Amino acid sequence: MIGWFPLFLGTVALVSAALTVTRPSVVHGLMWLVAALLSLAGTFFALGAGFAGAVQILIYAGAILAVFVFVVMTFDASPPALARERLRLKQAARGPLLMVLALGLPLIFGLWGGAVASGLAPGGVVPVQAVGGLLFGPWAVAVEIASFLLIAALLGARHLVRRDPPQDSERHAP
Amino acid sequence: MTDTFLIGMLVLAAGLFAVGLFGVLARRAVLFQLLSLEVMLSGPSLAFIAAGARHGDPAGQGMFVLVLILAAAEVALGLALYLRMARTANVTDSDSIRDLRH
Repeated sequence: MIGWFPLFLGTVALVSAALTVTRPSVVHGLMWLVAALLSLAGTFFALGAGFAGAVQILIYAGAILAVFVFVVMTFDASPPALARERLRLKQAARGPLLMVLALGLPLIFGLWGGAVASGLAPGGVVPVQAVGGLLFGPWAVAVEIASFLLIAALLGARHLVRRDPPQDSERHAP
Repeated sequence: MTDTFLIGMLVLAAGLFAVGLFGVLARRAVLFQLLSLEVMLSGPSLAFIAAGARHGDPAGQGMFVLVLILAAAEVALGLALYLRMARTANVTDSDSIRDLRH
């Protein structure tokens, strides 16, 4: 019985995520986010979702976080800025914490109250072929829409960060 | 896989979502809010994967792939907006976006 293993990895991911959102320095937060995403990938593997775990490592912890690392270079990481960030988090934490508790407690109590349907077929390892057959069969339209979304994000990002061309009208003058 | 185990995984997923929501609400630096959005999106991913594993259904992993694509698009646009604001108006803070109005 390996039932405790995904729960353990998920708890590690939860603690890493809590550390992510409370670090004053964005580099430290980023490293804890990597830890959270990698332990989530471990959770996926332990749950028998090998494809999702591999994609989590390759795309999430690899590609998406690499983009973040590039942008982090613009962040002010001097000691006064870090002290200001720490103070601001201490001052601003109470309201959001209460709101999150108010949102989360009914959810968790609802789960313990038996909202989960029981008596269904026991699960196991889901083969990758099934995932591919689902994505490129019945869900093909969803995948197409997702690819449209990616193209739109790509063009939008390219348009947003484009620097304005220099004003050299003499070169193009006849 | 028992129902108690699935409930445990769903509690973890709800916790991840709640931690991310707390980050979005409590942090003011735009980069941290984007990081917290990533944490928020990982909660539903875990819920989908756990439910898919419970029922032996590939739909859980399929939804995970779609969530991943959404996260990638959100990161690309969010970081591009952040870079643009930081470069043209020196805004790194979601409070100071308000100053751009005048």
